[in-house]
Amino acid sequence: MADNWGSYVLPLMVVGIVAFGLTKKVKVFDCFMAGAKKGLHTVYELMPSITGLVVAVTMLKESGAMDILSDFLSPVTSFFGVPEEITPMALLSPISGGGSLSLFESVLKTYGPDSFVGQVASVVMGSTDTTLYAVTVYYAAVNIRNTRHTLLSGLTADFMSLVLSAFFVRITVGQ
Amino acid sequence: MMNYVFPILLIFSFISAIVTGRVDELSSAVIDGAESAVQLLLRLVSMLCLWGGIMEIGDRAGLTRLFSKVMYPVVALIFPRLRKEKYVLEAISMNITANVLGLGNAATPLGLEAMRRLQSINSDTEFASDEMIVFVVMNTAAMHIIPTTVATMRGQYGSENPMEIMPAAFLTSFFALATAITVAKIGNRFKRKGRRLYGR
Repeated sequence: MADNWGSYVLPLMVVGIVAFGLTKKVKVFDCFMAGAKKGLHTVYELMPSITGLVVAVTMLKESGAMDILSDFLSPVTSFFGVPEEITPMALLSPISGGGSLSLFESVLKTYGPDSFVGQVASVVMGSTDTTLYAVTVYYAAVNIRNTRHTLLSGLTADFMSLVLSAFFVRITVGQ
Repeated sequence: MMNYVFPILLIFSFISAIVTGRVDELSSAVIDGAESAVQLLLRLVSMLCLWGGIMEIGDRAGLTRLFSKVMYPVVALIFPRLRKEKYVLEAISMNITANVLGLGNAATPLGLEAMRRLQSINSDTEFASDEMIVFVVMNTAAMHIIPTTVATMRGQYGSENPMEIMPAAFLTSFFALATAITVAKIGNRFKRKGRRLYGR
């Protein structure tokens, strides 16, 4: 009875689209198979670049490089009012979704979700995506070699969202 | 791009591991990384097959055209040069719709379809077109209205009001997205002035 409203979205979409297809006399399962086959082919195309990317990112995470980097950059982020406790997480989030999620979890555990640090961390996590991953996957699928200023623009936006999250938490959440 | 990013990540990791004394960890990261790549790819298989299939039905039934009509004013504003390329706009609209609804898993296959269509009108298939850059950058910023994952985790860790951060998250996402599009568009203008190597 007390089902979460959010849980309706996915089933409604899947059932809704199939039902809509039926009313338009689409051969739904044949169509599904055709689309799924295309999807499989895409993954096949993505395999080499994703393997390379994930290996490189895992090595980066385990090497302690992020600690060195966040020591370097925390004066900069502190200048913009970002608590330095979340700098490692913010640095990891454009590179590794899983990695930053586990750092987010430890921030919640250590400082609590309703502390200032926890709130800023929540906003950062809620307003960024894994930039490097998206750029790699989207371009690898169509074999683009030169991505021009894509990465620069994406990382600028990530930095912007880090600075803005501290700012907007200050003005929208009463302490 | 990856021709630079890949070696930089590897060399930087190796040097850092020596400095921090974590070469043991680095060594196992090589194998673990390859293994987690397979896990990620398996997840992608299920995601792309399921949503690829469902969206094919939606496409054939004319649902895509319907959505893109609704989204047209916004999408045409961001991609003015694609006004006449209905076929491309449809895929872009679907990707944005899925993102806004918070269906990240469905957004990826739709986004890749949009990339394929953008590539079909690209003048130099080695270089990213202006529209591709804006489109990819939009997908690297979060476009969703409700940060579900974050709210759930906040609840699990005993937040008294998991949704308290929603206004801040919404404003931050919005301005970060605007920044992403603006920087990408400035870059587009800059490059085109410099040398007319890759228009569209």
